[in-house]
Amino acid sequence: MTLLTMAEIVKVFPGVRALDGVDLSVEAGEVHCLLGQNGAGKSTLIKVLAGAHQPDEGVIEIDGEPVSFPNPVSATKRGIATIYQELDLVDGLSVTENIFLGHEKSSGGFVHRREMQAEARKLLEQLGHAEIPVGREVWRLSAAGKQIVSMARALSHDARLIVMDEPSAVLAADEVANLFRVIRGLTGRGVAVLYISHRLEEIREIGDRVTVLKDGRTVATGLPAKTTATVDLVSSMTGRRVEFAFPERPDAGSHDGEPEVLVVDGLTLDGSFSDVSFSVRAGEIVGLAGLVGSGRSEILETVYGARRPTAGQVRFGDKLMRAGSVTASVREGMGLAPEERKSQALLLHDSVARNVSLASLRRFAKFGWMNRTRELAQAQEKTDALELRPSDISRTVSKLSGGNQQKAVLARWLLRGCKLLLLDEPTRGVDVGARAELYAVIRELADSGVAVVLVSSEVPEVLGLADRVLVLREGRVVFEADARELDEHRVLDLVMEAV
Amino acid sequence: MTEQVVVADPPPTRRGFSMRRMKDVQNLGLVAVLVLLAIAGTVTKPDQFLSTDNLILVLTLASIVGVITVGMTFVIIGGGIDLSVGAVVALSTVWATTKATQSYGIGGIIFCALAVGVGCGLVSGLLIAYGKLVAFIATIAMLASARGLAIQLSQGKTQVVNFQNQGLVDLGYKKSYILGIPPLVIIFVIVAILGWIVLNRTTFGRRTFAIGGNPEAARLAGIDVKRHTLSLYVLSGLCCGIASVMLVILTSSGTSANGNLYELDAIAAVIIGGTLLSGGRGSLVGSVLGVLVFTLISVLFTLNNLPTAVQQIAKGAIIVVAVLVQRRASNERTSS
Repeated sequence: MTLLTMAEIVKVFPGVRALDGVDLSVEAGEVHCLLGQNGAGKSTLIKVLAGAHQPDEGVIEIDGEPVSFPNPVSATKRGIATIYQELDLVDGLSVTENIFLGHEKSSGGFVHRREMQAEARKLLEQLGHAEIPVGREVWRLSAAGKQIVSMARALSHDARLIVMDEPSAVLAADEVANLFRVIRGLTGRGVAVLYISHRLEEIREIGDRVTVLKDGRTVATGLPAKTTATVDLVSSMTGRRVEFAFPERPDAGSHDGEPEVLVVDGLTLDGSFSDVSFSVRAGEIVGLAGLVGSGRSEILETVYGARRPTAGQVRFGDKLMRAGSVTASVREGMGLAPEERKSQALLLHDSVARNVSLASLRRFAKFGWMNRTRELAQAQEKTDALELRPSDISRTVSKLSGGNQQKAVLARWLLRGCKLLLLDEPTRGVDVGARAELYAVIRELADSGVAVVLVSSEVPEVLGLADRVLVLREGRVVFEADARELDEHRVLDLVMEAV
Repeated sequence: MTEQVVVADPPPTRRGFSMRRMKDVQNLGLVAVLVLLAIAGTVTKPDQFLSTDNLILVLTLASIVGVITVGMTFVIIGGGIDLSVGAVVALSTVWATTKATQSYGIGGIIFCALAVGVGCGLVSGLLIAYGKLVAFIATIAMLASARGLAIQLSQGKTQVVNFQNQGLVDLGYKKSYILGIPPLVIIFVIVAILGWIVLNRTTFGRRTFAIGGNPEAARLAGIDVKRHTLSLYVLSGLCCGIASVMLVILTSSGTSANGNLYELDAIAAVIIGGTLLSGGRGSLVGSVLGVLVFTLISVLFTLNNLPTAVQQIAKGAIIVVAVLVQRRASNERTSS
């Protein structure tokens, strides 16, 4: 019996069609897997389904009856529960209180504690986790325990379809097996599960059917999860449109004579990545490709000194870097454009000029006294070189577009004069037109002799921009090759199913 | 580059100027309040209010809290708060006026007051920056223990500056006025000017704004956020030490009851001066104007024989109004 049908769903955000005709149909009691690369539209789709976004076009039907979800509550009422990766539990409340959050059993303003606790116990039992104490505060539970509580909350709403966004990402291997037991129990009772994961082996084990998204469209639907060949799945995900041109790349091996600027040896951070070794030569762009959670950002931050490694060394130039000191890294000539531009890089209240000069204050100071004329002149010079628009650097940085904010961050390091630039998702939140400009800027920086390490969720970006690529899977480097010898297909194969 | 994105420069908006003007408007608002209060004083008690003695009293009273407010402005712009200032002042004045300290002469008294202030700031700062305590908790702990220590040291008694150190107390008398201005007021003016310079014209000031505005961004830009945080509390402690010396001069004594509720006066002055309590934005000129507003209110109420209770209520109302006005101003700014 078809529980949910979504047809021709379109969702447009300013400047981008996030969903451009998605079809999806889920049967009662099945595990339906949703597959697609980063940016293919999976998150937008589940937000539409959860009532967090309203589609611009298309039809959603439940039991053959058209429905609309103007808000998350209306979706819950129709039996759709979403379990996001960042679980929306309240840490300070008990398990019972979380399960019944927003729909407490009460009369006259007084909650029926015993009744709710009994009910909570019953729900946890159904999920096979009667051992979770219903009175315990949620922050004391493990990630797996919290997930169970989220599912119990879904069941308390009589959910018929539970959407799970990468539920295994936070779990250890034995906990995943346990999660699958719970999912089988749910489907056995007719509840459908929409399961989102990048891990093919999981999809094979738990899934019934697969729908593949690419560029906001459904490219394949209803594929049998157990029998469809990996090569077919991967090839339907790849070949995304590349709307941006990458700058000319120097020939392979042209950096061989250059000195090694950065040598990372056996770098390990428990729980994130282990035994990562690589080197970057002057003028070279090295890309790190891998899924979210494969340890890419953590590697950059550890190299930069923002995290302290458990083991391993970072050699920069001819110096062995002291572990865990950003100040030392910056002094020696490293720069980082972090993943979260607004929260990690910018002083949002301040002008572009002040943001650009932030890492070079001492240069403009004599005995602490700032020469502001020189500061402004040099900040202007660097932002002009990057063609930051509008060129008025006294503007508040928060008023700039994403691409220009990123340029302000790059200008900061350009002004400082870096030997090594670490770029974490440099084009996130940057619209298509501005991307090509940023790519050109990054390549120009490299050509001027700066060594660059690039992290991006978008495989085509890494392949198009980098000279050399390291492929990461679950915190380990599984492959390293010249970017010209790799294609998207091969990289996806590597990150999804180690060969 | 294949695609040349051509964006015409927008017509010069003079954004920077309008931002600055915004800040001026806020300060102008405070100046207007000062003028109104002065008019109120002149109308109600024309003889006493306009006398030179009265003006000098106003300024002297403002000076002590004013010096503390300068330190507080730095701490708050840097994203922190220092609730211990009043208690630290009490401890500094007590420690600086013990028999033992007084035996070292005037220099000993001054050194002791400054050292106690800096020491307290150092402890709070270490707890906050390196011990990862929340500033509110660390400084409230300092508030409790400094006040307690002050009572312990003085055994609850007022310690009078003895005859040998009379020279210090003399600074508070009319004969020491320089061009008719009391030395205490001059100290405040110097501290305020130095504070303004450091905040607006040095790397120290720039880092203060940066760590208050976005500590993570500051850290990733290579600024030593911990060390800078520590130095802000040391600076606040130093200001408390200076204020303690001033208080000893003014009252020729030290007691554990000194500095009561100074933290409230200082924080309130900083807030109505337009500094964001969350840090990252603020103005020292505003803080100084804030101190003057509060002091003038006190004087007005005292002259008119109104009870201190009413005075407290008026202060509370002013804080609320000032913050509401600021919020409107900043909303207009962001929506424009």
